[in-house]
Amino acid sequence: MTLNVSNLTCYRAGRLIFSDQNFTIDPGETVMLRGPNGSGKSTLLRALAGMQPFEGDVILNGVTLADDLDGVQEQIAYAGHLDAIKPQLTVGENLTFWAQLFEGGSISDAIEQFALEEIWDRPAHACSAGQKRRLGLARLVVSGRVLWLLDEPTVSLDTETTARFAQIIKTHCAGGGMAMIATHIDLGLDTPREIVLDPSAMRKSTPSRDPFLSGDWE
Amino acid sequence: MSIWEFANPVRFMRLTGKVLPWITVLAIGCLAVGLIWGFFFTPEAINFGSTVKIIYIHVPAATLAINAWVLMFVASLIWLIRRHHVSALVARAAAPVGMTLTLIALITGAIWGGPMWGTYWEWDPRLTSFLVLFVFYLGYMALWEAIDEPDKAADLTAVLTMVGTVFAVISRYAVNFWNQGLHQGASLSLDKEEHVADVYYQPLLLTMAGFFFLFLALVFLRTRTEIRARRIIALQLQEAN
Amino acid sequence: MNATFAVLTRELRLALRSGGGAGLGLAFFLIVVMLIPFGVGPFPSLLAQIAPGTLWIAALLACLLSLDRLFQADFEDGTLDILALSPMPLEGLVAIKATAHWLTTGLPLVIAAPVLGITLNLPSNAYWWLVISLAVGTPALSFLGAIGAALTVGIRRGGLLLSLLVLPLYIPTLIFGARTVTAAVEGVDVMPAFLLLAGVTLLTLALTPIAAAAALRMHMR
Repeated sequence: MTLNVSNLTCYRAGRLIFSDQNFTIDPGETVMLRGPNGSGKSTLLRALAGMQPFEGDVILNGVTLADDLDGVQEQIAYAGHLDAIKPQLTVGENLTFWAQLFEGGSISDAIEQFALEEIWDRPAHACSAGQKRRLGLARLVVSGRVLWLLDEPTVSLDTETTARFAQIIKTHCAGGGMAMIATHIDLGLDTPREIVLDPSAMRKSTPSRDPFLSGDWE
Repeated sequence: MSIWEFANPVRFMRLTGKVLPWITVLAIGCLAVGLIWGFFFTPEAINFGSTVKIIYIHVPAATLAINAWVLMFVASLIWLIRRHHVSALVARAAAPVGMTLTLIALITGAIWGGPMWGTYWEWDPRLTSFLVLFVFYLGYMALWEAIDEPDKAADLTAVLTMVGTVFAVISRYAVNFWNQGLHQGASLSLDKEEHVADVYYQPLLLTMAGFFFLFLALVFLRTRTEIRARRIIALQLQEAN
Repeated sequence: MNATFAVLTRELRLALRSGGGAGLGLAFFLIVVMLIPFGVGPFPSLLAQIAPGTLWIAALLACLLSLDRLFQADFEDGTLDILALSPMPLEGLVAIKATAHWLTTGLPLVIAAPVLGITLNLPSNAYWWLVISLAVGTPALSFLGAIGAALTVGIRRGGLLLSLLVLPLYIPTLIFGARTVTAAVEGVDVMPAFLLLAGVTLLTLALTPIAAAAALRMHMR
């Protein structure tokens, strides 16, 4: 259970976002992804989840992302900026659906860890932003996946819930899970490793591979 | 040297830059000779009078209107499988040319049909099929315009071309089923060469060749423009980085 | 199977809870059919003649109404990303969503069509074939619409573009569907048209999940 990333390079709309990222995440490890706005944190997480074209090698637990997209994706849980919640459904209906679809983790654990009992029958459109985020993150637990890719997970969470969420990540990793978290704040995890995306360090150095730039034009 | 070398934009530009003037000259030559020969030096047909001479525009335009879609289909398939950028741009470049040819075929058909059938428009299977083809071209071009990212637009329009081709073919037969062409006797189907006498056939071959070269020249020219436009965007992005 | 059922019930629940759900398409169907006599005149024999085509075209337009939201909502709120990571293949997801669209849009039209047939003076021997042809043909409309919805997901003003892309694909279904009913009215053999209609539907059911899923994947990266 290891994530191996080598020479990861991403372009978006022909623009180089970052290049030559090399890192490994071992079982039970949490890695913080740092960098200023626009440095490509979200792009990197999406690339690892197979939702963004990339160059380089991503190998999760022996499966290569470029060869077997499904084989990698079935080990990943992703939480992005959007909560993927349907306002017309209740909190319970939203979470039960994901639990039935993923058939991985325990729904009662998720309810307990994210304190969803009190808002279980509330329609999601009546929930606050923080409550929606809790519901969105509870999906990580019911999905039962090994690698969590989290993009700014603590936005709109209060201090108490943030601390609680840090504890949930610890529990996940203690059970052999892995997590990669893009965030600007200190989650209060015990000295996690950091990967820093520095835009100034990598631009210019990499020659563009755009077919409309390379070659001898008159 | 493999054919895939032309998938490189630079090589494509270099090669087409050399052959484009020659193709243009060939197109103008064939069209001029074929049209003058056809319009002024062929006898008037017994049943049709001089109106028959519109076939020198109508038939080549109609033939190429269909083949332009075939070209788009092949180019899109190459893009989906091998991801050659020039291929996607050829498909994009061919669409407006194909649409215009379809329109020319429809209009010349109406001009011819006016005096011959006594009506400018008839819901005849062949005419209707061309109208359907015209709508397919419109949808394809609209989808290209609607998507900002060029590679994504190429992907999605390629999918549309695949699906569109299947349903364009089915529509062709469905339209035949719907209206068996009451107004389409064999004597009128000049689209088939075997029904045309030799005196008309030879200039027709020339205008066919002329239209083909004209089509080729326009597609090359438009593809070159598309490549340059992509290069400008790429250079601007490089500058902005 | 459990997951399939979960997606289907959720889709139906969402359709029924948002903005009128099935009722909206049905109301549109009624209005279009109602407008026809205003346009062509209240002549029973004329209406009887155009009834099969009118009912089919109205059903086709009503199907088109709710298509642009088929994937758009999931795309906007991030659900599509999560569904892409789920154990269910996108092809299956497209098929289930299109089925749900048919159940909430196409099926009510099939049931309502005979009633509207009466208002258009449709001859009595054609009612069964009207219902059967719509029941067999409208699934193709929902599935073909899924391709258009997948192609235009995330595009501003995608709704209009969707119509431009999808309506030409509806031509074979419309021709064979309306022809089935017309043949029943005329008392000639309905089977050629009906079997072709069924063939187009089967081809569509097989082809569209693959094409629409491919388009969705292209949009997500």
